Amino acid sequence: MTFSIPPDRQYSKSHEWVLVDSNNALIGITDFAQDELGDIVFIELPPLGEILIKDQIFGLVESIKAVSDLYAPLSGTILDINSTLEAEPEQVNDDPYDSGWILKIELKDLSEIKTLLTADEYGDQTN
Amino acid sequence: MIPRLSPLTQIHEQMGAKFTTFGGWKMPIRFGSIIEEHHCVRTSVGKFDVSHMGQIFLDGNDAEYLTNKLVSNDVTRLKDNQAQYAMITDHQGVILDDTLVYRNSSDSFMFIPNAGHDEEMFLRWTHFRDEWDLDVAIKNSTSEIAMFAIQGPIAVDSIEALSSDTLSDLKRFTTTVTTIAGITCTVSRTGYTGEDGFELLLSSNDAVTLWKALNFPSCGLGSRDTLRTEMGFLLSGQDFNHQTNPRNPLEAGVDFTVDLSQDFIGRDALLGLNPKELPFNFIGFSLLERSIPRPGSAILNEAGEKIGLVTSGTLSPTLNIPIGLGYVPPSYSSIGDPLQISIRNSLKPAMICSTPFINL
Repeated sequence: MTFSIPPDRQYSKSHEWVLVDSNNALIGITDFAQDELGDIVFIELPPLGEILIKDQIFGLVESIKAVSDLYAPLSGTILDINSTLEAEPEQVNDDPYDSGWILKIELKDLSEIKTLLTADEYGDQTN
Repeated sequence: MIPRLSPLTQIHEQMGAKFTTFGGWKMPIRFGSIIEEHHCVRTSVGKFDVSHMGQIFLDGNDAEYLTNKLVSNDVTRLKDNQAQYAMITDHQGVILDDTLVYRNSSDSFMFIPNAGHDEEMFLRWTHFRDEWDLDVAIKNSTSEIAMFAIQGPIAVDSIEALSSDTLSDLKRFTTTVTTIAGITCTVSRTGYTGEDGFELLLSSNDAVTLWKALNFPSCGLGSRDTLRTEMGFLLSGQDFNHQTNPRNPLEAGVDFTVDLSQDFIGRDALLGLNPKELPFNFIGFSLLERSIPRPGSAILNEAGEKIGLVTSGTLSPTLNIPIGLGYVPPSYSSIGDPLQISIRNSLKPAMICSTPFINL
């Protein structure tokens, strides 16, 4: 099975994707991650304004059979949360890179970005 | 430990199934989406590979006597080709496993222990056969028999269309031997989903051929679990577990499987219990917030005191709300009673519900 890994973004070893736009970053989980979890039924996130610290747990994704922690791929302050996922968490399964985005943060330290994996590097990890 | 394999393992792998180890068996948990597989069974038909279920055959003059001594129900009431749900209890009346007992003829029986219990039950029957010096041959055929469950509102018609016989008139909890897609099967009008349908027993040598001929969606143990949870059905090893969650049939809400007029192992202990003074009742509940209760979560009363334990939980795909099963004292077990469930150190409000959770 091949998973979608869009080349326009970067990845963490813990299967989050990051789309950087100047000082901000959109964060979600990868196609591989959503497939491993199966039907996602609940996502628990901190409130707006909360500060994420790189590599620390900030929330969780719950599927019918499993619970999985979400790790912050980068440090920053939460600017926006995808409120659609409250009623339709399955968007993360259906469209993990677009309508299934999870949150948007204002980056604290731009130098952290270079620690992330490229699409090719992430692809090597999941294959 | 190397897991035991269904004869369909390769086929499931080719289908891209995700696997789990259950009762020592490597079995598919899902082929795609658990929720879609669940809806498929509730609205049309799905096929499950349940080859992890055991089959123990008992033949001889004392097959009935021995079985009646070792299960909670009255197997003497079974007519040929009938099946009966029963508990297997120890001397204290604690459930070891639940099972379906089938009578094939006057001196020939079969029963179905759960995954991972076949050897234990084979040894249990053998031990008492020898201790009581009875005339019965006991055979554990689990590895030679494949078992499929075909479940859903159109399951019966779908299987009948592939059979050489009329099957729609087969009564619930009865069996017949027929051919389906050319393969000889024992067909049982039973299941674990709440839906109508059949369970098929066949030689594991024929498993691949028949599975391929059954042109219905494949469903895994994940949806089997959500389907049975919606019905409030017990899962052996989880809703009761001889080591970690010992329960007797009265607590577990399956007193209808207990016939105290029969002299089975465990009866005397159960006779000593007052059904009105049990420490716990098996109950269903729904969560009033979106989260998932998991086995092992504590159940608390409104005052925040721990009163019981969750043994099963899921999001009900039919109702789209979180549901669970567990044990609480009788004083808290009325429909509508408020509870709290401890999930990752936060308390979620819940309410006792009647089971089944759904109306079929």
